[in-house]
Amino acid sequence: MKTCLIVDDSKVVRMVARKILEELKFETSEAEDGQIALDVCKAELPDAVLLDWNMPVMSGIEFLRELRKLPEGDRPLVVFCTTENDMAHIQEALAAGANEYIMKPFDSEIIETKFSQIGLL
Amino acid sequence: MNSSDFEFLSSLLYKQSGLVLTPDKGYLLETRLQPVARSHGLNSIEQIVSTLRSRRDERLVNSITDAMTTNESLFFRDRTPFEQFKTVVLPKLLETRAAKKQIRIWSAACSSGQEPYSLSMILDELSARLAGWRIEIIATDISSEMIARARSGIYSQFEVQRGLPVQLLVKYFQQDGDRWQLNEKIRRMVTFREFNLLQDPRALGNFDVVFCRNVLIYFDQNTKRQVLDGISRQMAPDGYLYLGGAETVISITDKFQPVKGQRGMYMPTGAGGQKAAI
Ligand SMILES: C[S@@+](CC[C@H](N)C(=O)[O-])C[C@H]1O[C@@H](n2cnc3c(N)ncnc32)[C@H](O)[C@@H]1O
Repeated sequence: MKTCLIVDDSKVVRMVARKILEELKFETSEAEDGQIALDVCKAELPDAVLLDWNMPVMSGIEFLRELRKLPEGDRPLVVFCTTENDMAHIQEALAAGANEYIMKPFDSEIIETKFSQIGLL
Repeated sequence: MNSSDFEFLSSLLYKQSGLVLTPDKGYLLETRLQPVARSHGLNSIEQIVSTLRSRRDERLVNSITDAMTTNESLFFRDRTPFEQFKTVVLPKLLETRAAKKQIRIWSAACSSGQEPYSLSMILDELSARLAGWRIEIIATDISSEMIARARSGIYSQFEVQRGLPVQLLVKYFQQDGDRWQLNEKIRRMVTFREFNLLQDPRALGNFDVVFCRNVLIYFDQNTKRQVLDGISRQMAPDGYLYLGGAETVISITDKFQPVKGQRGMYMPTGAGGQKAAI
């Protein structure tokens, strides 16, 4: 079973995403900000990260830059999932090493196609 | 709706587009034709029928077919056909067409354009290898509304997230609020035209590759055969046909045969009846 870390400060979004990902046979874990997510990744790298942008303590983009510096930190496939839906943010995310980008609102179909495009399904 | 009105409308649809509407789909007619009636200043479906019984109103007929056809589409739909096109079909054509340096592709029911544009993005990505080649993509649909949308190349945030890798979104689209428009270079690679598949496709010319995906499912056996046979006459003997995931040529026509090991891909049946393989 592949693992996916869901990083979002909204409990509701985490719950919706978890439901969808479990449906897609992922083993999920959750973090409510970038710092907690980074600690989780230092302990054990997940196969995938579903990542919000705006969060207290550490933002998604800061987390991603730190993640990519970890040993083997280039391995997890990172999919942004955020209300930041403009070209500049998307380009910044790709430059920081994001693999895919979902603009909220999302649904199960978008998650499924994006995850399968990058070989997670 | 009474059964004679249903008869009238379903036979009109069938003749116009090939769409088969079974009597259990009466509710579909009811729900989808209410707005059509209103937009044509009519009060009810009964009035649509009585208007059309007295005279043929092309605009009204087109609105009815538009309302009843499914236009759903997405970029790189089902992924595999487009992968095959890029890694198998195109290299093969570059070899076999090296003398003429010309390839013609037909997207035969293109809806809002995601299918032909997926092809033009693939071609653009490979443009270094295609220098000096003339590659035409002709995209057709029965619906003038869909053709207009397709030409505009404008998609919603939802549509650009279905099947389109974000790297291609960044590379080929411009953002305008929550709309995304394909850049002009990619749009200009496709020629859009209204075309009804029930008509003879001869005027469209000959093709090396035909995508006819997710439209035959709405037709009955006879119409499917007629459409496939029409396509076969316009195809190079070593050309490639793509159908949708739920469509096949088997037990419909012997003009095409499946290509072994390549799902959804078909080739014209060879004169010697040899097996299609690549
Ligand atoms: C479900 S879409 C398929 C779009 C695209 N080929 C794909 O696979 O995503 C079906 C399209 O077929 C078109 N269509 C239906 N009947 C047709 C006909 N007789 N001739 C041409 N197009 C037709 C509809 O207007 C609609 O846009």
